[in-house]
Amino acid sequence: MERAENVSRFIDVNLQMMLDLPSGSNQQWRPLVSISGDDAVFTSRYATATRENVIKFLALDMENPNSIVSCLRAARENSRTVREAISSEMWEQVNTSYLAINAAASNPLLIHSPYSFFNEVKKASQLFDGVAEATMLRGEGWHFFRMGRLVERADKTSRLLDVKYYILLPSLTDVGTPLDDIQWAAVLRSASALEMYRKRHGHIAPEQIVEFLVLDHEFPRSIHHCLTAANDSLHSISGTPVGMYRNPAEQRLGQLRAELAYADTEHIIKRGLHEFLDGFQTKLNLADQCIYDTFFALRPIGASAPYRAGQ
Amino acid sequence: MQFATYETANFYDEMFLADGSPRSGARLLQERIASLPDGELLARQAAAERLLLQNGITFNVYSDSAATEKIFPFDIIPRIVEAAEWDWLEKGLKQRVYALNLFIDDIYHEQKILKDKVIPEALIQSARSFRKECVGLNPPQKVWCHITGTDLVRDRDGQIYVLEDNLRCPSGVSYVLENRRILKRTFPQVFEALRVRPVDEYPSRLLSTLQSLFPAAMESPKVALLTPGIFNSAYYEHTFLAQQMGVELVEGNDLVAANGRIMMRTTKGFEPVDVLYRRIDDDFLDPEVFRSDSLLGVPGLMEIYKKGRVALANAPGTGIADDKCIYAFVPKIIEYYLGEKIIIPNVPTHVCAEPRELAYVIANLDKLVVKAVNESGGYGMLVGPHATPEERSEFALRIQENPRNYIAQPTLALSRVPVIVNGQVAGRHVDLRPYVLYGTDIYVLPGGLTRVALKQGSLVVNSSQGGGSKDTWVLMS
Repeated sequence: MERAENVSRFIDVNLQMMLDLPSGSNQQWRPLVSISGDDAVFTSRYATATRENVIKFLALDMENPNSIVSCLRAARENSRTVREAISSEMWEQVNTSYLAINAAASNPLLIHSPYSFFNEVKKASQLFDGVAEATMLRGEGWHFFRMGRLVERADKTSRLLDVKYYILLPSLTDVGTPLDDIQWAAVLRSASALEMYRKRHGHIAPEQIVEFLVLDHEFPRSIHHCLTAANDSLHSISGTPVGMYRNPAEQRLGQLRAELAYADTEHIIKRGLHEFLDGFQTKLNLADQCIYDTFFALRPIGASAPYRAGQ
Repeated sequence: MQFATYETANFYDEMFLADGSPRSGARLLQERIASLPDGELLARQAAAERLLLQNGITFNVYSDSAATEKIFPFDIIPRIVEAAEWDWLEKGLKQRVYALNLFIDDIYHEQKILKDKVIPEALIQSARSFRKECVGLNPPQKVWCHITGTDLVRDRDGQIYVLEDNLRCPSGVSYVLENRRILKRTFPQVFEALRVRPVDEYPSRLLSTLQSLFPAAMESPKVALLTPGIFNSAYYEHTFLAQQMGVELVEGNDLVAANGRIMMRTTKGFEPVDVLYRRIDDDFLDPEVFRSDSLLGVPGLMEIYKKGRVALANAPGTGIADDKCIYAFVPKIIEYYLGEKIIIPNVPTHVCAEPRELAYVIANLDKLVVKAVNESGGYGMLVGPHATPEERSEFALRIQENPRNYIAQPTLALSRVPVIVNGQVAGRHVDLRPYVLYGTDIYVLPGGLTRVALKQGSLVVNSSQGGGSKDTWVLMS
């Protein structure tokens, strides 16, 4: 669900940026595919990275496991398998959204006017989140749900920032010009961050935007905020006090969170924003894998459990 | 206007008398429906279908590459059962389940009923559903069949019969609860005015029944529902019941036998389970005891069950009591164990294993319904009057090859109910499956699943054969 929402945000930011480019500029759609990490799948299925092909691939392609429709299908199937653990309202919400978005996806006019479609997807995900927030027991199930969602969100916020890196500026001299500002504003808007950013920092300035989306403590889509909350949930599940670790998942996620807690924007930009984000994504993937190994991989009884709760 | 062209057509109609006036319990409903403005009934039907779709009560139809989803057909006109009739049915169902349970316990212990020659011993020996592995088992409080679904039908003259017992893993109760939830929104005023007996307490009744099975004195034994998994056609019901009871839903590979207990895998290691409501067949329960190729069950489960360290609902081996040949003997079973006459009669049944009966069946195939003993879900049956001469003679050969596997019954003129078909109200045949819980005492869920044969003239109500369902309203006395 969260992924479907974020793919919508990607495409949306790109559409917005393209609209603001001076006429005659080349439209850049290929980077969107690179950012989602599905280059190989795309090239095997489409000849060129036109606007139409990329939107088809990212939004409607059932064969692309990360497309919006695939994500929704997976969200629904997963909800079905854990139906006894989630509330009826959550199940109805995911099911209704799946049906509505599937119906909308089969509309041939969608490609030409996709804005309301992406808005629908975003809303579906937010509704699901809200229903879960309001109905779920704050037990293990809830913490797994929240952790998964926040890890995904942290990853996608980093990729959203990366969109800007890939969109080549017409020339270096454009940095700091109105065009640059417009593009940064589009990035913020697609993270639902523009108004909150304005409250915090006022003027559009790249360092402060990086600060806001990566390091801010209080903005709910900032990477740091997401990881702090995900880390809290991880520790609620295991019972390990925050700040300590008893398994690789806690170690990796804790390290990554601490790295962000002590990072500063100047350093990140000096090192190169893209390099920083790339490195972050790799480490987050590793932490994610550790979470799976710790909690979900099947182990025979008697084999030492990865950790013991409440010791 | 809706019922103006409706015909009862010489069948017993659950809603109308032969002269076209409504039965007394159905009058209010009939008036309400008749007073709806044009198109309103269909609009409500469409709204109900939309709700079912949103709730995901669907199954997949693989007609093309993209699997399309369909809801189980549901008709919004409820079937009404009047108080006096239900009270009689309830008494009859309790009597039947009580006696069948005594029968199962006897069959797996002393077999007195065979020694007294009430039932031919050969019939038990040759029954595929008889589990020699269960001989000598002592389930808690000597209760074997905790959850039973009994299929009832009504003939043209109004008489209700028991058509079939289901004592293994009867399904469908989730539709009873969902159908009710939807109909409360569809006809709220009629519902309120008629005073319908509630069904919502079923999940808590079921949970109490399951908890009562754990022998050791415990405040709240850990209950889990064992499902074959997401590809099972009743998976929706498994998740629904687990959710409604607030118990864990598990598959075979979530469970292991260790240290004399059944342990459930959790993120915090393994935790013991005390009661398993298993929705998988005996055959697949434990590969060490039953089918060795089963991947659905738990190796070592039966060993632990025998020691009383885990309870199973239903107990393994209950299938012997819903063998279609044994069915023919239920009146005798009730008389033998209880000294009572059967309350809800059986449909007269010819057991083809008896040579004289076999000859009669072969000679009268055009009047009979023949059923394979080891099949369910409407498979392997012949509806004689609706079959072609070729089909009948082919079926006759099959019966003669293996008479033990067939029984035959007269073709009943099943009662009908009004159903919305293609925008019109038309009569369709129905049955009724009430659900019976047996823990410390016996409880009958008021109503049950009303199944409708949606094809015109069809007598087969099973969902696998194009059947739909209705809500069943049992009126308060």
